[in-house]
Amino acid sequence: MGWKSDANKQQLRTLTPAIDWRHLTTKILKHWMLIAFALLSTAPVALVIINSFKARRAIFRNPYHLPTAETFDLVGYETVFAKSQFQVYYFNSLFVTLIALALILLFGTMVAFALAEYSFPGNNLLRLFFLLGIIIPIRLGSVSLLRLIDSLDLIGTLWALIVVYIAGGLPFAVFILTQFMAQVPGELKDAARVDGASEYRVFWLILPIIRPATGTVAAISIIPMWNDLWFPLVLAPGEATRTVTLGAQQFMGQFSNDWNALLAALSLSSVPVLIIYFISSKQLLQGLTAGAIKN
Amino acid sequence: MTAGLSRRNQPNPNKPFPTHIMVFLAPAVFVYGLFMIYPLFDSLRLGFFAQVTRGVEQFVGFDNYITLMTDDAILQPRLLNALKNSFLFFAVNMLVQNPIALMLAAVLSTKTRGGLLYRVLIFSPAILSLAIAGFVWRLVLSPLWGIVYDMLKALGLGAYAQPWLGLESTALITLALISAWQFLGIPMMLYYATLISIPNDLFEAAYVDGATDWQVFWRIKLPLLMPMIGIISLLTYIGNFNAFDVIFALKGADAGPNYASDTMMTFFYRTFFGSGFQKADPHMGAAVAGTMFVILMAGVLIYFFIRRRVNSYEF
Repeated sequence: MGWKSDANKQQLRTLTPAIDWRHLTTKILKHWMLIAFALLSTAPVALVIINSFKARRAIFRNPYHLPTAETFDLVGYETVFAKSQFQVYYFNSLFVTLIALALILLFGTMVAFALAEYSFPGNNLLRLFFLLGIIIPIRLGSVSLLRLIDSLDLIGTLWALIVVYIAGGLPFAVFILTQFMAQVPGELKDAARVDGASEYRVFWLILPIIRPATGTVAAISIIPMWNDLWFPLVLAPGEATRTVTLGAQQFMGQFSNDWNALLAALSLSSVPVLIIYFISSKQLLQGLTAGAIKN
Repeated sequence: MTAGLSRRNQPNPNKPFPTHIMVFLAPAVFVYGLFMIYPLFDSLRLGFFAQVTRGVEQFVGFDNYITLMTDDAILQPRLLNALKNSFLFFAVNMLVQNPIALMLAAVLSTKTRGGLLYRVLIFSPAILSLAIAGFVWRLVLSPLWGIVYDMLKALGLGAYAQPWLGLESTALITLALISAWQFLGIPMMLYYATLISIPNDLFEAAYVDGATDWQVFWRIKLPLLMPMIGIISLLTYIGNFNAFDVIFALKGADAGPNYASDTMMTFFYRTFFGSGFQKADPHMGAAVAGTMFVILMAGVLIYFFIRRRVNSYEF
């Protein structure tokens, strides 16, 4: 995008060389500002990670230096693993997020297919029904939700979190996926039907076509589930079912004066997510861009 | 066509509802209906009940709401304080995050070397949990570590350094700024996406006529961005009115100092589960949630009202 108008501006510029200076100043200013914001966005977390590998004295004496052979120390990580169950927290978070995500995607694509493909009485009403969940935060239903989960004997289990996250994640997934489903060409489906495929088979056949949309929905759905503090706190606060976010929060409350342990706990909860983000960031941001334009 | 009811066919009201459509819809409707829609409405219902004796609930009409708004001892002052703080939290996000996001998006949507890298870096805090990001800032702002103090000194502003998170006058604004910092990337990406989707021919002519980038932005791009500004304002409202994680993680359920950082959601949590100074009362909690529901809906309605009034441009 934009190359055409740039070419035009380029032509104007060659005619009037004086503009070049102004152009250069703007360019420098622009990058200055972007670098400043990129630093502001990343430096706090980077400082935490760097200092988590240092001995206590070095953390305070020269916080801006990378750890050296002299200052390198893993004592913070040792405390975290000795005094808390971070490996359990990781397992819990992974278990909850992956199962919830798989079911959000499965149920979400099924609904999206039905909404986009068939006109049946109540189609529009059903769309509104799902839209409601985007506007109203599920947390406002917590009083009743706690009772419901209790009556189902799910309190203090990971399944409590899983069902709530599926319910909370579905509206957005349905909203995005329905729009993509509507764009799948009809000939494809009709061709399959002429060949005698059942409606389930037709659904199965077009799944690969909407895979990019599913990827975007997956990337965007997983973040709030992994990061949630409210429902682990309300529905499953016990040590055995703590997720990374709740576990880290509780740990940091207890060890608020042990800087090595604090920095290590923060790094342990943010580094895995950041690694996955940096690997998949291009797809995530492109998906976000494409999704925004569609809506 | 075999299994019928493609979207080009008209539905036939006499036919029974096709099984395959039921199969596609049932799991999602069941889980979402049971664990989201039902609790939302049942919570509203519980707001009109109270516990009379152990295990016995009684319908009390608007009593909970009336107590909430008139009890001078605890509830009413806490409610008004939490309401004020929730709006302030939203206002800080709206006035700081939104313009900065728009400015960054405007810059990034012009041809920029390393544009993707900038976007990836500026978006990165948004994937962390608010509780974790909040704690990172607590350390960075700590006078003990002195990172922010060093920065201010380097800029010649050392005199302004204060333990912002701990002071009654600045705690809430600091928490709101942390949240604005963290999610800056989301509105930035949404604005960016809108800006790069504007067809070039819309402003090419302006450039040929000698318009500057600045003029093109204000006269052509900004009006086209208005619908997106509206959507983002609504998202900011919904997202920040429920601010909880960062406040609970850094300040606990009592949202100190002296309730200075108490928002509707921390107030809801305390009313529901109780705290040192407040008895746990699920029914009163449901009434607080009901109040929040009404305020949220009012915001959404205002958005749709304004949207209908303002012309939106199609391109």
